[in-house]
Amino acid sequence: MIPKELKYSQDHEWVKVDGKVVTIGITHHAQDQLGDIVYVELPQIGEEYNAHDEFGVVESVKSVSSLFCPVSGKVVEANGELANSAQLVNEDPYGKAWMIKVEMVDPSELDNLLSAEDYKKLVS
Amino acid sequence: MSYVPNTPDDKKRLSRSLPADLFADIPAKIRSNKEIKLPPPLSEPELLEELCAQSEKNIISTNFLGAGSYNHFVPSVVKHIVSRSEFYTAYTPYQAEMSQGILQAIYEYQTMICELTGMEAANASMYDGATAMAEAARLACRATGRKEIVVSPAVHPEYRKTLKTYANGGGLTVRVDEKRAISNETACLILQQPNFFGCIEEVAGLADKVHANRSLFIVSADPISLGLLKAPGDYGADIVVGEGQSLGNPQSFGGPALGIFAVSKKYLRQIPGRVVGQTTDADGKRGFCLTLQTREQHIRREKAASNICSNEALVALAATVYLSVMGRQGLRKVAELCLQKANYLKKKLKDRLVFSCPSFKEFVIKTDRPVGLDLSQFYPEMKNYRLICVTELTKKQDLDYFSSSI
Repeated sequence: MIPKELKYSQDHEWVKVDGKVVTIGITHHAQDQLGDIVYVELPQIGEEYNAHDEFGVVESVKSVSSLFCPVSGKVVEANGELANSAQLVNEDPYGKAWMIKVEMVDPSELDNLLSAEDYKKLVS
Repeated sequence: MSYVPNTPDDKKRLSRSLPADLFADIPAKIRSNKEIKLPPPLSEPELLEELCAQSEKNIISTNFLGAGSYNHFVPSVVKHIVSRSEFYTAYTPYQAEMSQGILQAIYEYQTMICELTGMEAANASMYDGATAMAEAARLACRATGRKEIVVSPAVHPEYRKTLKTYANGGGLTVRVDEKRAISNETACLILQQPNFFGCIEEVAGLADKVHANRSLFIVSADPISLGLLKAPGDYGADIVVGEGQSLGNPQSFGGPALGIFAVSKKYLRQIPGRVVGQTTDADGKRGFCLTLQTREQHIRREKAASNICSNEALVALAATVYLSVMGRQGLRKVAELCLQKANYLKKKLKDRLVFSCPSFKEFVIKTDRPVGLDLSQFYPEMKNYRLICVTELTKKQDLDYFSSSI
């Protein structure tokens, strides 16, 4: 459950690159560890983050975890679907449960992220 | 207080259980060696007679003090329910399977507070109106990411003091502004309704102005006034707080109090303190449990919505019983009586009135007589200004006496 075409952070976010804009979500491994997700809190469009800044939280029945932005940039889109359907994070973490789209300020930061292969090693 | 008799045998057993050096910690030179002169012991009927005789020395007088703690009627059923040991010995209800009674009582309380304030969610209560207001301001700062709190000078001065203490710890600033000017730094605007001087604040259009600025509108309301006045939720408040002592609790020389805290759904996950929810058990039956605990400090640690995890469960229970006994019509009647009686006195004192605003149960007069609350202790410029409170319990002859003797 680690798609080859994506990049990954140490904090279990996945990153899909599309030009200057990246789509960010959490991995299958992350949702599996958290259990039933009941709430996702995402930022407003226009928020700006440095790499590793907290951009939101995911809440499962018994815990709350921070979401960290893997790259620096500005939020250009947030997945409003998740406000009412947090369970999508469990059901489709790489698809319908994408969280935010960020316009990068420094694409070279992508080099700091893990490849699918490296991430597999991290979680195995 | 109960009469507790003891026999010579009881006394012997008690003194046997005491250590010989009971007073060793108190230096000998400050100990009194004189025998304390007390009258001989009395039997229960003798004691009753003695205490009745003493109590006749009391002067039962009317006062016109309010300013946040109010003398309202408490139906006797309130005391009967809250005195049940199942309620007054109940510990904080972590263990849902053991605590259905108190959990349901808190759930009912939250529901009634929502109906009263016109809001969508309420917590299980807070310490008092002042801390509830300070927590509301902190919520607004969290939700907006801003650090400035704008508060009307007509909000209770002691509430503003508590707010300042809370703000200081959180690196927030409090600006007291009569003009209620807000900027893009402003997290919230706080008003009291009716305000500290008893005036009913004009709130039309205010919420829109605050919301256009992406700030939150916080109202600290007198719950009894909500029997007549519009619910703050209906004029756009994002958070409604207030002091709930008026609802079925005696003044008791100043406490315990009851902090009311209610929000619109949008801020549900930012509520401080305990929240009780309704759920279904393994057999599909209705049950109650603490909910949304991920906001709280035992799970969210330093990112918790608040470090408050206590509430005023027994006082909240009294409020719940009060509201259920009074009902919608009863509460309205109490509010009407307060309004009518206060306005009766207000008319008689019209030459002394300081503000021309419409009021509910309190108003300010100018007098050098020591009646009501001396406002100069909070507002130095208000020398000889006194805050007068009239409730449904103030008798007409007292109102007449007041106006004729002042």
